[in-house]
Amino acid sequence: MTTKADPQSAEAVIRQGLEEVGADPGQITRDATFESLDVDSLDLVEIAQIVEDEFGVELVGDDVKDLKTVGEVIDLVVAKAS
Amino acid sequence: MSRPEGAALVTGASGGIGAASARAIAAHGWPVAVHFRSDPDGAAAVVESIEADGGRAIAVRADLDSNEAADELLGQVEAAFGPALILVNNAGRRADGLSPQIKDEDWQSVIETNLNAAFRLTRRSLKPMIRARFGRVVNVASVVGPRANPGQANYAASKAGLIGMTKTIAVEVARRGVTVNAVAPGLVETGLTADLPSGAFDDAIPARRAGTPEEIAACIGFLASDEASYVTGSVLTVDGGMSA
Repeated sequence: MTTKADPQSAEAVIRQGLEEVGADPGQITRDATFESLDVDSLDLVEIAQIVEDEFGVELVGDDVKDLKTVGEVIDLVVAKAS
Repeated sequence: MSRPEGAALVTGASGGIGAASARAIAAHGWPVAVHFRSDPDGAAAVVESIEADGGRAIAVRADLDSNEAADELLGQVEAAFGPALILVNNAGRRADGLSPQIKDEDWQSVIETNLNAAFRLTRRSLKPMIRARFGRVVNVASVVGPRANPGQANYAASKAGLIGMTKTIAVEVARRGVTVNAVAPGLVETGLTADLPSGAFDDAIPARRAGTPEEIAACIGFLASDEASYVTGSVLTVDGGMSA
């Protein structure tokens, strides 16, 4: 069963996913870059999987490779879900 | 270490190396999905022998030549036992001929079954493995590929490709507790080699005999085991000394 992807729930799930892959919770803001959070491409693959499991939204290679900040992922998930 | 919930999928497991591998992995306590394409009786016999030994197994049919087939097959495994956390890409075929005479369909079909299908199944399986922080992918390659064998340019290409794929994927996912390795059997007595004249290659093999499916399966079973957790990106050659 998938959850509806409004901005609040998307942010919560992505934040939790980032923490799971080792990002410092205190550093996770909308403007934070993945580089600053030490989140690499494998981590993003895993976050894409978390997002897919939770919201039924599929993030494929082309979607993900240009994303630089947390805010961009949140916005992409919300946009794809609607 | 407690085991995550999941299962093993062995492709091409109605006979030969696949069947022996399914049994070996089931003996380690994993539920096993025994994949087959065209031999339901063979697959059923493997399931029966696993259950007779106290294990759990199901037979699952799929033609592996499409992306949908990989998704569907893994979906069936997941529904029965949980996600496939051990994947043995064993399904393989030959269509031999000297290169000037290999037809397009003989080239394509061998690459498709031996390499492309293995990739699709691996791609789909990696996601739950990464999430579980545990995975074992074992690709059944061959000594042919790294070495030449006249009449098998297509087979050699598919197996060399499988080895290249093994190494790169291994390095991508290693830090998530997912290992990806290959075994490279030499000559083994199975359906795939039944048409070769018996004893013809014994002089080239220091052990002076073909291998048995169980001998290859023991190596696959090891690479799929908890104990092989620090082995990744490697090729285990099982050929009676032929390549040494």
